[in-house]
Amino acid sequence: MTSKPRHAATATSPLGMLLITGAVATVGLLIVAPLASVFVDAFSNGPQAWWEALAHDPDTRHAIWLSLTVAPIAVLINTIFGVAAAWLVARFRFPGRSLLVSLFDVPFSVSPVVAGLALVLIFGRQGLLGPTLAWLAVKVIFAWPGLVLATTFVTLPLVVRELIPVMEAIGPEEEMAAVSLGANGWQVFWRVTLPNIRWALLHGVVLANARAMGEFGAVYVVSGHIAGATDTMPLRVEKLFQEYRTPASMAVASVLAALALLTLVAKVFIERQLETESQELEAARAPGADTDPTTGGLGP
Amino acid sequence: MPHPLRPFLRVTALAVSVLAAVTSGCAKPTGEGGSKPSVIELLNVSYDPTRELYKDINTAFAKHYLAEHGTAVSIKQSHAASGSQSRAVVDGLDADVVTLATWPDVEAIARAGLVKADWQQRFDNASIPYHSVVVFVVRKGNPKGISDWPDIDRDDIEIITPNPKTSGNGKYSFLAAWGSVLAAGGSADDARAYVERLYRRTPVLDTGARAATATFSQKEIGDVHLTFENEAHLEVDESKGALEIVYPKRSIRVDPPVAVVDANVDRKATRHAAEAYLGFLYSPEGKAIVAKHHYRPWSVDVQGPPEGFPAIETFDIGFVAGSWDSAMKTLFGEGGEFDKIYQPAGGAK
Repeated sequence: MTSKPRHAATATSPLGMLLITGAVATVGLLIVAPLASVFVDAFSNGPQAWWEALAHDPDTRHAIWLSLTVAPIAVLINTIFGVAAAWLVARFRFPGRSLLVSLFDVPFSVSPVVAGLALVLIFGRQGLLGPTLAWLAVKVIFAWPGLVLATTFVTLPLVVRELIPVMEAIGPEEEMAAVSLGANGWQVFWRVTLPNIRWALLHGVVLANARAMGEFGAVYVVSGHIAGATDTMPLRVEKLFQEYRTPASMAVASVLAALALLTLVAKVFIERQLETESQELEAARAPGADTDPTTGGLGP
Repeated sequence: MPHPLRPFLRVTALAVSVLAAVTSGCAKPTGEGGSKPSVIELLNVSYDPTRELYKDINTAFAKHYLAEHGTAVSIKQSHAASGSQSRAVVDGLDADVVTLATWPDVEAIARAGLVKADWQQRFDNASIPYHSVVVFVVRKGNPKGISDWPDIDRDDIEIITPNPKTSGNGKYSFLAAWGSVLAAGGSADDARAYVERLYRRTPVLDTGARAATATFSQKEIGDVHLTFENEAHLEVDESKGALEIVYPKRSIRVDPPVAVVDANVDRKATRHAAEAYLGFLYSPEGKAIVAKHHYRPWSVDVQGPPEGFPAIETFDIGFVAGSWDSAMKTLFGEGGEFDKIYQPAGGAK
């Protein structure tokens, strides 16, 4: 399928040239150059040193492993929460609904550091739940559950925000049809709802994962900075940098950057799928309006 | 006809199984780990500049303890700004020992009930195993001709020092500057005016000592960096000739105290190893490591500098502010001298 030709502004106009130059310079200076310098610094002592910095330092190894643990758990929680919350908001009308939708956005507007401190105030030793947790001998703050909580908090809106518009656009008709044909709740979910939202869901998951891997502020507050125990990859990058081990620091940063690039590729791929899907959705609905001149719109 | 969800389900199944594998493995290393007493695990919560010191101490102590008691010890470290670290321990960071920059940072933990009130009597020299002094780090060749405190009181000199609210290094730098005026015969008003002028020319206030070092040495901001002697040596060594140390005529004696966190070691049954660990800092072997990292080890002979350290006239907290308690109240407390002095300039955070 060839993509539709878009409006191509004539790049010969002086304003057009100026804008293009400005955009390229900005992207080059703010994104490409720092990213490239991460890789240059990471490999400044050769690939052998890069590998040793990552694999032979137990604290770094632990940080990579911890990030690869914390991020997926946070993303899984987000996925379950996101699907349930989006379904609730898209399919039901109830008092307080718009308040709930605005609450989903709180993690975007709250500074991650504040989020981390808030978690300390609730789960810390002197916090609201501190005595209970101490009695149960459960460690949350300054241990991995705190890292998961902080990461989940900052990534919370990403999945649910992605799903709400898609679910609203698809509408409840297909689900109602399935119910009328005798499907139970899980059948409706697995066979109707999930297939419809799968790419949007994956898109949200990929974004949430990228954010989770890179989170610094909230995690910084709740980690306790214990080398080899509660340092995630971004915290390790900072620590190595402050210990004058710049190449090692950049080696870890290069892994993060590589993950970011991978995310970008996945994101582009998924967005293409999403676009194809929405075109198919329109095409599928169009025949019903065969004789109707108002084609392409979302049917009533 | 293949199920339309098949590829998607396959991906999901894979993701879930990977996740399950990862999470099931997750609980082990970070979990309690208290069931196996074969390796004692200690957590040393310390301040910024001691990272390299304790890396060496830990290795030597583990060897020493294994030889002496037949038990393996593994020591984990946590480093950040001293004040923040103290707060973290109060909030539940599971430290067996704290090795912090200032007396109030340990005292705050004692007042929270985690360290017994007599902590200063537990180890020699009021539980201060090593000293330091606040010195100047300047750029190569000392281009601004800085040799003593009055020299940095010039409009063309930018000063780098961390935030005294969070950082022990920041507190000592403030106290050193203040005390330098008093020691030269100035009044409290003179000291206040001098310190105010210095902070007006402080472009960045980092939260911790190490971040301030990075600002001065790696980001190359400022003309003089006020810092501990030990941190200064590390900074200068790492700069490969781009920086040098200047000893002012007088400076404050830095007294970083140590303590066993009683509540935590009793719960974790690690008291013996924790006490031995801090005691090791006073042993000949410990002192040698301490001195190697440019901390001035404690000795009975308090007159004169330890071997290999330049002589410098020092004053202590008592001289500057009477006591740490009054310093915390009148200088660093809410609405204290620092709050009155420091109004963040446009670009500073």
